[in-house]
Amino acid sequence: MATMTYREALNEALREEMDRDPDVFLMGEEVAEYDGAYKVSKGLLDVFGDQRVVDAPISELGFAGLGVGAAMAGLRPVIEFMTFNFAYLALDQIINNASKLCYMSGGQFKVPITFRGPNGPALQLGAQHSQSCETYFLHAPGCKVVTPATPADAKGLLKASIRDDDPVAFMEGELLYNFKGEVPEEDDFVIPLGVADLKRVGSDVSIITHGKMVHVALQASDKLESEGIEAEVLDLRSVRPLDVDAILETVQKTNRVVYLEDSWPYAGTGAQVVSIIQEEAFDHLDAPVLRVTQADVPMPYAKNLEALAKPSVERVVESCKKVLYR
Amino acid sequence: MAKAKTNTSSGAKTKDVLACHGVTAKIALELMQEMLLYRRFEEKAEENYAIGKIGGFCHLHIGQEAGAAGVIKVLQPEDYAISAYRSHTQAIAKGISPKAVMAELYGRVGGMSGGKGGSMHVFGRDARFFGGHGIVGGQVPLATGIGWKIKYRGENLVCVCFMGDATVNQGGFHECLNMAAVWELPVIYVVENNEYGMGTAFDRVSKTEISTRSVPFNIPASSVNGQNVLSTFEHFRNLTEEVRAGGGPRLVELRTYRFRGHSMSDPVSGTYRSTEEVERHKEESDPIAILRDQLFAEGVLDQDTLEEMDATAKTIAAEATDFADESPMPEPAALYENVWAETNAHGRLFFDGRRT
Repeated sequence: MATMTYREALNEALREEMDRDPDVFLMGEEVAEYDGAYKVSKGLLDVFGDQRVVDAPISELGFAGLGVGAAMAGLRPVIEFMTFNFAYLALDQIINNASKLCYMSGGQFKVPITFRGPNGPALQLGAQHSQSCETYFLHAPGCKVVTPATPADAKGLLKASIRDDDPVAFMEGELLYNFKGEVPEEDDFVIPLGVADLKRVGSDVSIITHGKMVHVALQASDKLESEGIEAEVLDLRSVRPLDVDAILETVQKTNRVVYLEDSWPYAGTGAQVVSIIQEEAFDHLDAPVLRVTQADVPMPYAKNLEALAKPSVERVVESCKKVLYR
Repeated sequence: MAKAKTNTSSGAKTKDVLACHGVTAKIALELMQEMLLYRRFEEKAEENYAIGKIGGFCHLHIGQEAGAAGVIKVLQPEDYAISAYRSHTQAIAKGISPKAVMAELYGRVGGMSGGKGGSMHVFGRDARFFGGHGIVGGQVPLATGIGWKIKYRGENLVCVCFMGDATVNQGGFHECLNMAAVWELPVIYVVENNEYGMGTAFDRVSKTEISTRSVPFNIPASSVNGQNVLSTFEHFRNLTEEVRAGGGPRLVELRTYRFRGHSMSDPVSGTYRSTEEVERHKEESDPIAILRDQLFAEGVLDQDTLEEMDATAKTIAAEATDFADESPMPEPAALYENVWAETNAHGRLFFDGRRT
């Protein structure tokens, strides 16, 4: 095991995949000379040159679509959005083209493209820079969505995403880039998509979550532990494909579930997971499933309001107690 | 089409018109055969739509055939073409069989996309025809990416990107012309200016000519009579070689006119253009009549041969219809096929409960 930051793990994944496959290139705003707005691509320009590490103009629709066309023609692009908030400008290319071309062409074309960048609220960035964008990418069939929470997951899942033959929205936690963790040093460390990870084992209640919220769930679990409650934390890691078996397994084990996400509640990932649980594990539930989400408002700037809007450790603890009727 | 005239209506000198355009009689006759096929194919599609064999939207290229024939004729088989939703003829021109196009219009298994694309989404990967796109301007970034791949791999190829005149008002068009210019991509952006974006005349939504739209990006632009297939062919033959030689992107306006409504469900004329206007264009600028007059005057074509060629075109269009009629509907299982190129070993990809 090597200790590294989430940022360094992503950098290693890009470096290894670009090294392994000459068809992989990275394009986005500030990815080359600036080393990436969040320094994820640091040093890659020097290693791979400006044909493979490419500074794009601020034209999200244009360069996302350029990537889709290049993928149709046989390349394997990695398109960086400075944040997924800006990917909304490119949704036509992602939803109408990348996600539908395989189907519309009767399987003639695959679109092996990875859209990646930071996702979700950070600190006081205001309404337009603080969104968790998963739902937009999950809603239309044809796009996979991956949300790593740790450096190891970031590395292993990014490598799998780049190798996947479908479009993948790879959503990094904006506040996780400096987060340190252990990463296996094996030669080709790849984590397959669609495999959830039990980040904490417990028997009283299951907190199911994904992305940056895994850490909030773990902090909540520590608090619960001090009160004698053993929470299990299931990190979905990818939300499409979705590890339904792991979800059902933890439900059957604890019979009580809280879904945690930093996106809005209406049609959020949690809504889908809750629907699956009630359809497929209803008899195992001892309480209604609760969700902890961002407040159903655009993110406010004021520090106190922002804190109110975000899911908090306290709200997770409270919800866990509620499903335990304590 | 309009009756034969002694003088060509192309405006070009009647005599030596082939030499003037540097086109051999053989090529010119092929262009005629191809345009006749496109006309007869689209007429068949129109007929099949009218009797309910084709559903949804169906946009015909009748009147604009010279664009498909004259542009794609200059390409190598490995070159790429991509288009919008008025693309049946371009798909055929790029090498897709008329049968597979008609069957796709029908939504049948024998269609290029197995019936899952429809009229607006004809694709042929092997023929390097990359669709068939239904969102105005959606194909322009894709073409730019194809150009990127050609340059990335150091290939000696070009990509032709067809679009309608309305596309030049979409933001993605401008983003892509800028990127193509910055990275000197081998893409020819072809605007088929048929004067109307659906029912909105271009001059009502633009203060500038189409050929000025690439000026900010320093991309050379040109404008060609898209009803004169010899002019179109000559123009693109030269242009393609410039681009292939590393000249960077180009913008071309093909001046053309649509003889039918925007789609099969729209009127040919009415509130946005007069019947007289349409009739005048059909009389004066039918690309097939223009070429016919040119070839009659050159003495390389006569009425009997033309009729034989037309009969051949009609036969191919009829055979395409027969093929589509006989091609089965897709099996229900096809509903869930090709959503994903890769079904991962782990996790659920479908969420409607019918397929897990």
